[in-house]
Amino acid sequence: MTESLAASLDLSPLHAILAAHADAGRSALLPVLLAAQAHYGYLPQPVTAAIAQTLGVPLADVHGVIEFYALLYNQPVGRTVLRVCTDPACALRGGDAVLTAACAVAGIEEGETSADGAVTVERSPCLGHCNSGVSVNVTFGKPQRNITFAHVTPDTVEALIEGRGRTTADFWSEDYVGGDLSIITPLCGRGRRTRLVEYEAVGGMQALRKALTTMTPAAVIEAMHQADLLGRGGAAFPTWAKWDGAAKAPGQPKYFVVNADESEPGTFKDRVLLEGDPCRVLEGAIIGAYAIGASRIYIYIRGEYPLAIERVEAALQELRNASYLGENILGSGFSIDVEIRSGAGAYICGEETALFESIEGKRGFPRVKPPFPTTHGLFGKPTAINNVETLAQTPYILIHGPDAFQRLGTAESTGPKLLCVSGDVVRPGLYEIGFGATLRHLIENLAGGVVGGELQALLIGGAAGAFATPAELDTPITFQGLRAAGLTLGSGAIMVFNDKRDLRDILRRLARFFAHESCGKCYPCQLGTQRQYEILARMAAGNPLPGDTARLRDVGWTMSDASLCGLGQTAAAAIFSAMQRWPHLFENGDAR
Amino acid sequence: MSEVTLTIDGQSVTVAEHATILQAAGALGIDIPTICYHEACTANAICRLCVVEVEKQRLLQPACVTQVRDGMVVQTRSERVERSRRTILEMLDSAVDLRDAPDIQAQLVDYNAQPDRFPDAERRAPAPIDDNPMYIRDYAKCVLCWRCVQVCAEDAQYTFALSFDKRGFETQIGTFFDLPMPETTCVFCGQCVGVCPTGALKPRREWLLEQGKTPDEIMELTRAERRKSRRAKQ
Repeated sequence: MTESLAASLDLSPLHAILAAHADAGRSALLPVLLAAQAHYGYLPQPVTAAIAQTLGVPLADVHGVIEFYALLYNQPVGRTVLRVCTDPACALRGGDAVLTAACAVAGIEEGETSADGAVTVERSPCLGHCNSGVSVNVTFGKPQRNITFAHVTPDTVEALIEGRGRTTADFWSEDYVGGDLSIITPLCGRGRRTRLVEYEAVGGMQALRKALTTMTPAAVIEAMHQADLLGRGGAAFPTWAKWDGAAKAPGQPKYFVVNADESEPGTFKDRVLLEGDPCRVLEGAIIGAYAIGASRIYIYIRGEYPLAIERVEAALQELRNASYLGENILGSGFSIDVEIRSGAGAYICGEETALFESIEGKRGFPRVKPPFPTTHGLFGKPTAINNVETLAQTPYILIHGPDAFQRLGTAESTGPKLLCVSGDVVRPGLYEIGFGATLRHLIENLAGGVVGGELQALLIGGAAGAFATPAELDTPITFQGLRAAGLTLGSGAIMVFNDKRDLRDILRRLARFFAHESCGKCYPCQLGTQRQYEILARMAAGNPLPGDTARLRDVGWTMSDASLCGLGQTAAAAIFSAMQRWPHLFENGDAR
Repeated sequence: MSEVTLTIDGQSVTVAEHATILQAAGALGIDIPTICYHEACTANAICRLCVVEVEKQRLLQPACVTQVRDGMVVQTRSERVERSRRTILEMLDSAVDLRDAPDIQAQLVDYNAQPDRFPDAERRAPAPIDDNPMYIRDYAKCVLCWRCVQVCAEDAQYTFALSFDKRGFETQIGTFFDLPMPETTCVFCGQCVGVCPTGALKPRREWLLEQGKTPDEIMELTRAERRKSRRAKQ
């Protein structure tokens, strides 16, 4: 490292940051790197070296961590960093044109920084505002702030650069929240955070009171068992089984983790819940922590969700002030607090074990399973980890009972479900329905029908999901109904494409997403996501090579069969579903 | 110590309960191919070449870390297994220079991997790094088995000179701040060179011989470098 840089850097702000975190050791690495970068604009070598030394982490490991996360930089970047989403939902609204315009305004190519150091322009994976127009995540100012803007156009993108006339209001979008039910979303979509007193006024926090003062942890878990709540993050694993496993696992301390690293393309439900009604999610988390006997709750929120992070922080303060968090909560003898962890730009950290690694201050590599989190989770300790929406369901179950919860859905898919509808519909938004409604009801009645042409395709479950045809519209939205149709509910994302859309281009974007987000640990995914993208890019451009379809199949099967984690195992799922439904899209890659 | 009995490719075998499928297969003389696995390193199940089909399991299982269970039925060369292994090898061959990896070359033959199965594929082809007197780092030959990083860290030396750059397909092994090796914490123990399966890490003299230099030229070159290094220190 250069002496001159070290001499000219004022390390005293860093020392203040480190002083606040030094006791946490390596686990503080990501929070410290993010805080230091917010101050210095990037992570200069002397800063990184000082962090490594103070936290007792090998410098090589700190370097490896910075290199892993898309939002961390070890080289100077622009005073404004524009990250333009070009994944499918934003692409339908002109994401590519916004990216091109941003590059033109800055006079640079994608991924570069302007010579005057003013602007860096990057292509971003899905930013979770798929119900709005084109989204751009912007880092700016000193110390740096981060905001995700929606409804950006080629004409207005320049205003996002610091000092060029941006007003947040120009790009503000209120989430449309609708549906047949309003069990977990009654306080969402109002353009502001619901305060604790408002939540309490409609019965909020009564479930926590009931659990802590009248129920044993085992009784809480039994209620969840009776309700048969299946996880809403994508894997549909029984929530009670996770809690029961962690509760019974030997070893202390235990941890409860909220997975708010929502980044499945087309998915924004967890963001809407955290921005609109964070207390409901946190109430569910405290109940879960009580059930398993946890001594600390972590909520890991993706770094591209700055507003959610801010609002959860505010909600936590209210909960602490009202003694719903802290020592001896509600006189029950149960004590707990919540720590927020921000992600730093890595879809893979939504995979539960990669998320643990990230909290532990490491690269977000998924672990080999078994062992499973219930026995060997965060810091190797028994851990329960649940999705945001799953936890938002918990208070209703305890107050109204498992039977009432079951009646909201079907016998096997119980309760309400949030669906994120984006793309070519009249009203993109978040819809709360009871399980059992059909796709047709969701698209035609709730979302107002298809715009811009006739319905061509639905992508259900995000990039890791599957395509459906118009003929499948009467499929009931249940875990079992979708599975029987060869589909998957996944995270609850439903992207709608009219018949003017080029599905090959959509497939190419899905493949690019996985190639960008593969962690690189196991060979099938590290190599396969790249090869899959290359083949689909050729097909989208209309110039496939002979044998490309067979190649695509072998790559897809290998990733599905042999990858280490869910990312690789599902990286070909949407492509296979398209192959099955529209074989003609791939014909040009058949052997000739 | 308790033992369990399982069936591999139709043959029954009894092994210790904590054994892996790889070890159990070894006891039967059944060869399961591996790339990243090394007896002296923590097994991370990275290369997935050792995947096998286990009855009642939806996905193929990595033999190097999957523990045996009583009554387990394993197929080590089923059609699914063959397809995955062949495709992994073909994809690796399309990304990396495998000329100095004889074991992988033999696996390519064994699994009928087609040469150039992935035409127009992006390769990882950085220039060799010749930054120290002891060894060359030619990451165009690196298969990202992680062994070098592991022996440099907790698996052996606790030196922590090596690290990962980037992620996904673009991952590359490197040093912190991309410093030349002598400026890192490297103690030149040579263990990383010893565990490298592909010649990406290679003794510098061996590499110079391959470059066509004669032993005398190499002696002269290294002498000159030592003189230069001494002058620089004075």
